[in-house]
Amino acid sequence: MTLDRRQFLALAMGTGTAAVVTPGAGGAPAQSITTSARIIIIGAGAAGTALANRLVRRLDGAQITIIDPRPNHLYQPGLTLVAAGLKPANYVVSENTDWLPKGVFFVTDKVAAVDAESKTVSTEGGENLSYDWLVVAPGLILDHDAIEGFSLDMVGENGIGALYAGPEYAARTWAAASRFTEEGGTGLFTRPATEMKCAGAPLKHTFLIDDIARRAGNSGKINMVYAAPQGSLFGVPIVAEKVRMLFGDRGIETRMKHTLKALDADAKKATFADADGFDVEMDYDYIHVIPPQRAPEFVVQSGLAWADKWTDQGWVECDKATMRHLRYPEIFALGDVAGVPKGKTAASVKWQVPVVEDHLVAAIEGREGTQAYTGYTSCPLITKIGSAMLIEFDYNNNLVPSFPGVIAPLEELWISWLMKEVALKATYNAMLRGRA
Amino acid sequence: MKELTFETLIAVFEQIFGRGLFWLMAAAAALITLGYVYVLIRDRAVSWKKFLFAQLSMPIGAVLAVWLVMVMTDSHLSDLGGPVDVIVFLGIAALGAVGMAILIYTLESLMGSKRTTDISD
Repeated sequence: MTLDRRQFLALAMGTGTAAVVTPGAGGAPAQSITTSARIIIIGAGAAGTALANRLVRRLDGAQITIIDPRPNHLYQPGLTLVAAGLKPANYVVSENTDWLPKGVFFVTDKVAAVDAESKTVSTEGGENLSYDWLVVAPGLILDHDAIEGFSLDMVGENGIGALYAGPEYAARTWAAASRFTEEGGTGLFTRPATEMKCAGAPLKHTFLIDDIARRAGNSGKINMVYAAPQGSLFGVPIVAEKVRMLFGDRGIETRMKHTLKALDADAKKATFADADGFDVEMDYDYIHVIPPQRAPEFVVQSGLAWADKWTDQGWVECDKATMRHLRYPEIFALGDVAGVPKGKTAASVKWQVPVVEDHLVAAIEGREGTQAYTGYTSCPLITKIGSAMLIEFDYNNNLVPSFPGVIAPLEELWISWLMKEVALKATYNAMLRGRA
Repeated sequence: MKELTFETLIAVFEQIFGRGLFWLMAAAAALITLGYVYVLIRDRAVSWKKFLFAQLSMPIGAVLAVWLVMVMTDSHLSDLGGPVDVIVFLGIAALGAVGMAILIYTLESLMGSKRTTDISD
């Protein structure tokens, strides 16, 4: 097939030349510095892996250790696609060792505590590791127990879905959701009151399941309800308004300021707390549960969390521009666990990692880093199969489109869908390797 | 997106078509291109007779290219939502058309048909 040949020739000539002129694509300067610094990265997710790959290129002789209890790497942006039957569960799974650079020590264990005074990390397996620099990137904990009457083994049966819980659960979510799109009834789509990863995902799941039912000719049989503790549909006001209009157009009802508290799986009833704290019961035929989300326990117990913000959630206290801990300058936070106002997405990680790399390498050299994280987050907000809105924004709720004038952020576009469905995983993988 | 490198672009295409199919297509495209260049050098002229079939095949190539991309990305024509989508769509169709024309021209030149080999231009 000759579809790509021309593009390839053009690009091979165009970007090939560019690559020669600017070595170290991805913004990382090519020169490396010699150091014997001991660096520990907690977490081999998107953030930890991407940073390790970049540090290996920047630092010669550094002893880099990554600690993570899980041997698998999960491409979490793919979970919404798995939960809509568009990709198989293994689409999101790979091995950590596929991505980690040579010369990095991998410790398969769970962190039990960090002693920031004596600069040691202890694991549940009983290892004590000393560090000069520590990067805290363990991700977050999905607090499923906080929903009374709900447990993960229920997912996939009795109309219960929970796509955040992992690839198998996302696939089981699709099993429950697909039955709903065929048989109809009331679909309840929820969101937690806490900070959460990818705040667009609850909306994407709602839009996709609605679209799939519609395509099957069953739109008359379904009653779609989106229930969330927040007062608006999205953190960025201009996007919230757009989503409100789209929900109106699709006939998706909203119950704002409703927090999911409990499930009665046998009776198919969900209990919400309303704005005044009163219980509100709703019947469902399908419910999508997203539990409250918190930092892993060791973060709070080790005294790394904010004392006056998100006290029920425990995110790491850090500067929102440099990601550096405010009380322990040799500690950085990255990814979901970071106590910054936005940025629990892979796109944020992509922007945060070079900033931490810059400040960490500069600190090792005894100077100050210059890069700053602006709160950039990207959300290809799928509105139906085949179209999405490529929404990008920062701490100030400003839209910051990558392709202004070409890809309109608030327009439902096919090209934005192509980016989510095909380009995103490729760029994500490039990011993991520290090359994007 | 922060920056688009050639490496990323290849990864994107691998993602769209699957690694096997993508490299198969890339190899086929390279072979056809080589064949085309070979034919041009051998004949030292572009034969407009051969181009007749090549041109007639262009719409087929355009449709095939669009169909392939739509199937591979779970998309439908109704998903085109704005000017940039139409541009991407037309771009894919144009690439398919040109690719198909070159394929047919090369095949016809290499294998030959009575219509084009009996008499020279």
